[in-house]
Amino acid sequence: MTLLDPNVTALLYLAAAVFFILALKGLNSPRTARRGNLIGAFGALVAVVTVFFSTRLDNVPLILGAIAVGSGVAAPVARRVKMTQMPQLVALFNGVGGGAAALVALLELPHAEDAWVRVAVVFTLLVGAVSFAGSAVTFAKLQELMTTRPVVFPGLPVLMGAVLLAAVGAAAAVVLGGSLVLALLLLLLGLAAGVLLVLPVGGADVPIVISLLNAFTGLAVAASGLVLGNVLLVVAGTLVGASGTILTRAMAAAMGRSVAGILFGAFRGGSTAGSTAVSDRPVRSSSPEDVAVLLGYAQRVIIVPGYGLAVAQGQHTAAELAQALESRGTRVDFAIHPVAGRMPGHMNVLLAEANVPYESLKEMGEINSEFRTADVALVVGANDVVNPAAKTTAGSPIYGMPILEVADARQVVFLKRSMRPGFAGIENDLMFEPQTTLLFGDAKESLTKVLGAVKAL
Amino acid sequence: MDGISLLTITVLAVFVGFEVVSKVSSTLHTPLMSGANAIHGIILVGAIIVAGQATHPWVLAVALLAVVLATANLVGGFVVTDRMLEMFRGRKPGKPAPPGVTRGKTKESTEAKR
Repeated sequence: MTLLDPNVTALLYLAAAVFFILALKGLNSPRTARRGNLIGAFGALVAVVTVFFSTRLDNVPLILGAIAVGSGVAAPVARRVKMTQMPQLVALFNGVGGGAAALVALLELPHAEDAWVRVAVVFTLLVGAVSFAGSAVTFAKLQELMTTRPVVFPGLPVLMGAVLLAAVGAAAAVVLGGSLVLALLLLLLGLAAGVLLVLPVGGADVPIVISLLNAFTGLAVAASGLVLGNVLLVVAGTLVGASGTILTRAMAAAMGRSVAGILFGAFRGGSTAGSTAVSDRPVRSSSPEDVAVLLGYAQRVIIVPGYGLAVAQGQHTAAELAQALESRGTRVDFAIHPVAGRMPGHMNVLLAEANVPYESLKEMGEINSEFRTADVALVVGANDVVNPAAKTTAGSPIYGMPILEVADARQVVFLKRSMRPGFAGIENDLMFEPQTTLLFGDAKESLTKVLGAVKAL
Repeated sequence: MDGISLLTITVLAVFVGFEVVSKVSSTLHTPLMSGANAIHGIILVGAIIVAGQATHPWVLAVALLAVVLATANLVGGFVVTDRMLEMFRGRKPGKPAPPGVTRGKTKESTEAKR
């Protein structure tokens, strides 16, 4: 088989890189996002086909088989995954990408004759391994295979420091001598560092860490491009590294957080650790029937969904309740906080899945002035995004985060599992206000009971 | 390619990466992260090259593992992003409401406001 001319190969790689840039650009706007993603996939296809025709490759049947296995496993999983489980699937895909970069670097080490190429090798090894292990821990947290709360133990900072120091030592030795054994040790140290990095991060901050690890994998891929002398890997990896960094900062800003605070807050015993303390201040709790009466005779109800709704898979029941109320003549809207749930946009996709018409999904800026005219604000499994502390309490972990102004509604009803504070771990004063009623229980069960009672009115 | 050219390309790519996502709305943060995640699955190209040049069985085995992992990242990443974005279809501005979801009450309350 004759191979493609190197110039043609370079042009095809350039085309793929341009497709990737257009893909990221397209993902900036809801109108072009889906097309953008397809453009990216096309770019990847061009690149993968190009490599087969431009490089002298042995073992082609085996490689094709491996690609078939990888797609055969990943595509159906990605097709069938539940909405609520998407963040952890993204974490998983990110982790295996980092792992693949680390393995590529490891195998290229014996061919790396220049010291600067070995610098790129150790960088890819370390960052790829951190990304792999860190993503595995975020997966376990989001899948609730382990606690979603920050895991901190005495000596964690010391241990982390020791691991990083050992990693730097091993990396230097690999750069100087090219030892494969030390490279394997570096890989293990990278895995340990990844675990230690993510353990102290709490539930609500986990998506931001996925984004950070995503940027890490991008950088590892860029470095592996330097190792292989492949420009496409350099460009694509750098693009993801740079855009991922900006995106991580934007996501953190939307939650009123700093990236350093998220990663190291728990180290210092700071804000992200929060508290699990249960307050003993009096609250007004009520029965599903009472809530049904409140809702059933209201002119205007605004439902505020949060992660509790997603966890309980209550979106279909919430949609049914909205329908039942509307058939009684009540106007119902859903107020969507941009960071409600565990990933930005989580509530949009969740309610779209339950076929809530998109006209009823109101963005925060659009709905906030309308709480004043609402008879009832029904808060389902949300807490931090309606916590007035974000406006009033300087020094609170969520201070500065824009919130939904549910306090303006005539009545506020919270559907909550317990009095436990939200992910940010701070008490919500709104729950003790006179206009507030609480209904304790799993969001779906509570909604089902309220729905039954509304139908019986 | 020489080191300086690669460095030039890397630095320029950093700035393109910064620019291209600078003003994205928070609703699209997750799909954008997921799309970027799929793009770094292009490490598959590197894994294929290493596997194609492997002579030792152990090297080949590890390289094929890298191919499997990279393919999962690449293919799974684009598919899951598409799944997320499917949900945004109904949110195109200016699209008329689908039949059957118009609300009697909405109209009345709009009139009441006048």
